[in-house]
Amino acid sequence: MPDEPSSQFTHFFGKLEPKQKYGQTLALAPIALAVLSGCHGPQSALNPAGKGSAPIVDLTVWLTIGAAIVWFSVIGFAVYAIRLNPSAHNRRRARRLIIGGGAVVPTIVLTVMLSYGLSMMPEQLAPAPDGSQRIHVSGEQWWWRFEYELPSGEFVETANEIWLPLDEPVEFLLNSPDVIHSFWIPSLGRKLDMLPGTETRLALHPLKEGYYRGVCAEFCGESHSLMAFDVKVVPRRDFDAWLERQRSDAVIRSLEQEGARTFTRNGCGACHTVRGTFADGSIGPDLTHFGSRESIGAGLFKNRKDNLEGWLRKTDTLKPGVNMPHYAMLSNAEIGAIADYLLSLK
Amino acid sequence: MLNDANPSQELKEAQERRLLKAWQTPKGWRYWSEVNNTSVGLWYTIAAFGFFLFAGVLALLIRIQLAIPNNDFLSADTYNQVFTMHGSVMMFLFAVPIFEAISILLMPQMLGARDLPFPRLSSFGFWCYLIGGLFVCGSIFFDAAPKGGWFMYPPLTTDYQTGIGADIWLLGLSFIEIASLAAAVELIVGVLKCRPPGMRINLIPLYAWYILVVGAMILFAFPPLIAGDILLELERLLDWPFFDPERGGNPLLWQHLFWIFGHPEVYIVFLPSIALVAMIVPTFARTRMVGYSWIVLAAVGTGFLSFGLWVHHMFTTGLPGISLSFFSAASEAVAIPTGIQFFCFLATLIAGKVTRSVPILFVSAGLATFIIGGLTGVMVALVPFDFQAHDTYFIVGHLHYVLVGGTIFPIIAGIYYFYPMVTGKLLSDKLGYASFWFLIVGFNVTFFPMHISGLIGMPRRVFTYPAGAGFDILNLVSSIGAGILAIGFAIFLWDFLRPRKRQPYAPRNPWNAGTPEWLAHSPSKPWGVRSVPEVKARYPIWDQPNFVEDVDEGRFYLPDAKEERRETLISSIVDSVPQYCHRLSSPSFLPLTAALFTGGTFVFATFHYWWSAAICAGFSFATIVAWLWTGTATIPEKPDKRIKGEQRAPLYLSGSKSVGWWAMFITMLGDFTAFASLIFAYFFYWTASEEFISQAMSREMITLFIASCCCGLLAWLSTLLARKLNKWETSVLYFVAIAFSAICSLSGATLIVIALRNSGFDPTADVYPAIVWVISLWMGLHLALGGVMQLYCLARKAAKRMTGEYDIDIQNVSLYWHFAALTTAITILTLCGFPSLA
Repeated sequence: MPDEPSSQFTHFFGKLEPKQKYGQTLALAPIALAVLSGCHGPQSALNPAGKGSAPIVDLTVWLTIGAAIVWFSVIGFAVYAIRLNPSAHNRRRARRLIIGGGAVVPTIVLTVMLSYGLSMMPEQLAPAPDGSQRIHVSGEQWWWRFEYELPSGEFVETANEIWLPLDEPVEFLLNSPDVIHSFWIPSLGRKLDMLPGTETRLALHPLKEGYYRGVCAEFCGESHSLMAFDVKVVPRRDFDAWLERQRSDAVIRSLEQEGARTFTRNGCGACHTVRGTFADGSIGPDLTHFGSRESIGAGLFKNRKDNLEGWLRKTDTLKPGVNMPHYAMLSNAEIGAIADYLLSLK
Repeated sequence: MLNDANPSQELKEAQERRLLKAWQTPKGWRYWSEVNNTSVGLWYTIAAFGFFLFAGVLALLIRIQLAIPNNDFLSADTYNQVFTMHGSVMMFLFAVPIFEAISILLMPQMLGARDLPFPRLSSFGFWCYLIGGLFVCGSIFFDAAPKGGWFMYPPLTTDYQTGIGADIWLLGLSFIEIASLAAAVELIVGVLKCRPPGMRINLIPLYAWYILVVGAMILFAFPPLIAGDILLELERLLDWPFFDPERGGNPLLWQHLFWIFGHPEVYIVFLPSIALVAMIVPTFARTRMVGYSWIVLAAVGTGFLSFGLWVHHMFTTGLPGISLSFFSAASEAVAIPTGIQFFCFLATLIAGKVTRSVPILFVSAGLATFIIGGLTGVMVALVPFDFQAHDTYFIVGHLHYVLVGGTIFPIIAGIYYFYPMVTGKLLSDKLGYASFWFLIVGFNVTFFPMHISGLIGMPRRVFTYPAGAGFDILNLVSSIGAGILAIGFAIFLWDFLRPRKRQPYAPRNPWNAGTPEWLAHSPSKPWGVRSVPEVKARYPIWDQPNFVEDVDEGRFYLPDAKEERRETLISSIVDSVPQYCHRLSSPSFLPLTAALFTGGTFVFATFHYWWSAAICAGFSFATIVAWLWTGTATIPEKPDKRIKGEQRAPLYLSGSKSVGWWAMFITMLGDFTAFASLIFAYFFYWTASEEFISQAMSREMITLFIASCCCGLLAWLSTLLARKLNKWETSVLYFVAIAFSAICSLSGATLIVIALRNSGFDPTADVYPAIVWVISLWMGLHLALGGVMQLYCLARKAAKRMTGEYDIDIQNVSLYWHFAALTTAITILTLCGFPSLA
């Protein structure tokens, strides 16, 4: 049993099947491979899977083409002026170049570009229609608290992983209790800052089923780099089933009673909630359905027993500055029992 | 015929002896008391490069850490210190100071002046910069460096980083910003008033035009940041909740204040380098700049526009769509003046016949690189694209293309170009080409992949990244590129520093340039120009017959230093008609001493050693008063002197013709901008929250505020009266008026303090009382300072260092008081009047 997770982010490998296929065919072009695989990665803005992100990819392509044309024309011209220019040109004609190249052409190009780009704004900023699924998000140093608002007004809390219904608008209500964070699921759409004291609202509309990753984009302190979350876009039926599961209290199997007791004895419940038990702390992530999640530590490791045990022993070194203390003083048996217990909370 | 126009050999030698004596650099340890621009400018440049190398090493550490995923070469905490310091040092300790350094070093020569108008101010600015810079950089060796990123967003930097780092950033860099403002004042007055006779406003060398624009931008851009620094430091130190949303504060206010500074900052850094390009291009194209007036207009336009773009750094903060679109369009618009400048250079290249050389090579590399940065800038200025690209490595790539292409490469070009002027020796072409290839390849290999890593989802400011997300190879490539880049800089550095004892001196004006700075001899003489020329063309060396010979023979202005004093000519602003002969200050340790004590004040305050800080502040104040008392507005021994042939010019002028008046005016514009930023904060809170005005002012408080305002206005009026009375022979009335005005100002300041203490306004309770405290204390401080100035004028007259005719002191103090009175009136109108309207 490794005493700490052997490699951070290991769960990434399992998620990227298409990439591995490219890997075999493009073995001779590692850079092209990296770029291609990255483009198709779960965290890529160039892998559009939402109503908001797809037009921005088109925009990116057009802007890049336009920029390349402008650059090559200007540089071509400069090379001509510096190296090939056979004889000095007339100054009056050169002055016309300033007006044409410096003022007229850029004005036209920029106007066209602005009309194209800004015409997207209404759609980008449109609020989600009434009746959309609302998810309250709180960015905290350095993890994500998610609360699904049910039509009944009830809230279902979870952490570091969200499921979204396919092809339906979702509204995120973003808050921060501490510093400024920024909520970003590159594949689904734009990012939006989470400001202490002011709620910001973001509407996303996923169009492709699959696994994606969200991250914090605004520097938020020591472990800013280690603040990610998992996103699953699934058909409505699966979504409903998942949400119903998340809503229910934890079921503790008799096998895990010992782990549950160890969990309680060591005070874990002061910070974490496991609904249906005495653990009702609200400082850290809700663990009611911890075992059902893809990763631990806010997108840090694949949710496996060995990783979890390592996390419990070395929390503070794996995530510098984290509020949770490490539990290295516990025996292997105790750590194992807690891990088994948590993983059983499906 | 032997006369002034054709002096005898004997006379010439005597003149040169006297000039040399006046301008000689002190020897031995007294060398450090030198204030002349050639020495201070050189120290400044070398120090700026030292900081550049330091920040470059930090960048290499960053690239080592990010070379492979999940690296633990640096801890998260160290990494955050390293990237924060890299950005802060590059921006505050290199990019802005290097432009000031180069300008102090070169601009007097470009203007055919002997020095800038306030050499001791340059020297003070340099020493402040060096002390502050060493303090800020040193912190990283004690694991105490700031770690909030170079834009230091609260509340991360208020409640969540309790160490000393943020205070070092706020106090250390504010101290340096003040030095930058000092240099801006010096350079603006230099361009406006120290031009040679005949150099009308349409003949100014382009470099000086750019410096004028940039100086003005510093004047309006740095004060909002200083105001922000004050608010942030007050929150850290005294818990005044300016950025704490729980007590009515607003973290976005910092972002506004920071970027109102931060965006113009980009152009403050970029335009001076383009200014170097504007000097180099005509020289190697062998023709005059095409579109001179277009360039000037474009530079001014860029300066203006740059103040209207700051929100494009805040597109993802959730501002309403209409303001996003407005700032998006404004940001795109700045591409037009930038484009015009580029096409002016292209047009000049095509109108001429280009000689190839290392400087023009680096200029081309700079332009090609910068255009990429400009084009990605056009991309990120478009809101929807920025929604994705913001805060990712795309931005890191973009900003380095802009800053390295727009700043570093042109500066290297400038160094190759001006090195022979400063040292008398040429840099090596061979090493120049070698470093060029390493730099251009290394740079692109480092920064181009960052655009892609950003778009595939890599946020900026991460100390590590996961394996397998597509970031691995791109980051490794970037890190390899950084190594190549470092080799390029190492080659350049070796060429720059290698011993040159045996290398022969370069010929005078080795590039056959046309602008006046190339009058410099090789090796250069300490006095700058032999005689201050009359300039009738933009490229006088090319276009004015016999120009160099006339200057060397001393046929122009001030060919002599009869009294063995350092002097330069001051001219009118538009037409550059000589107005008076300005006695420049001589070498002195006072600026260094003042800088040491001022630095001590800031350093001790950072560590909360209040007594030591207060003692240092006292000494600093005393030193500055001593400096002003002995070194400024000195009454000359005779009213005027010959400046050319029989033409005479006064040795002392006061009022708007004098450089001191302009320096005061410009300083006060900056000061007033800081005040305006505080007022902006007040109204920002009001628009952001309906409950902003959380408590009512008591009748007593309002009465005291208004009384204080009346005191301030009385002090202003009686100062103006004293200025008039000073002209009369009977000085008793003058003393009465000036003493009365001092009493008024000091009682005004006291009333403010009493009003605040009895108000029941607790500045830690809520943002409203806190901002009322800050604004009224700002006003009180200005009244008190004004009172000190009035007492100074009183003492000057009593000591007979000021008379009716020689009245610079009271003239400048009156000017200060115009601003102080305006500040007072606006403060009281806002604080007392506004709540009743709102």
